[in-house]
Amino acid sequence: MNEARVQSIRDRLQVAFAPEYLEVEDESHLHEGHAGAASGLGHFRVTIVSSSFQEMGRMQRHRAVYAALGSMMETDIHALSVRALTADEI
Amino acid sequence: MEVVDRIKDTIGSDPVVLFMKGTPDFPQCGFSAQAVAALRACGTEFSAVNIFEDPELREALKSFSNWPTYPQLYVGGELVGGCDIIVEMYHSGELAKLLEQGDAA
Repeated sequence: MNEARVQSIRDRLQVAFAPEYLEVEDESHLHEGHAGAASGLGHFRVTIVSSSFQEMGRMQRHRAVYAALGSMMETDIHALSVRALTADEI
Repeated sequence: MEVVDRIKDTIGSDPVVLFMKGTPDFPQCGFSAQAVAALRACGTEFSAVNIFEDPELREALKSFSNWPTYPQLYVGGELVGGCDIIVEMYHSGELAKLLEQGDAA
């Protein structure tokens, strides 16, 4: 189930930011037994590099990522760790 | 008091407020624990709100701040960000700087 979620997260971020680099990791297994894991929603870690972030501050970048994931934030994602960078920040 | 007024009241009356899952001594989520650790490492006083004790506030704050996750850190009434941003700013030294200003305000 989380494989499909990872793919869906990738697709949405790909469309929104045309990233130069994109990694989506499923970390749900690290949180088994934890209260949030009981909901059945996943824990994911996103590392994304895109020139779209150039004019944005940290909060704007995170908000843009949340917005791109849309309803998945409610229906599939319990926790999301985000690193949103531009190429020259690596 | 309306929930939005309670939010404004909380972030307006304390210079540094962390909305988190659990309490600073008993965080119920790794991300909240990490945020607490960063604040403590800066040596700043902060007040914490356990969102599990207030389901209405938990939902309302998400739309108030346009931020869908917890923890959320407010300094001087402004949202600074969630766990990733707090930790990133801690490592760069920006968090300590911001908190000093928040204390002075």
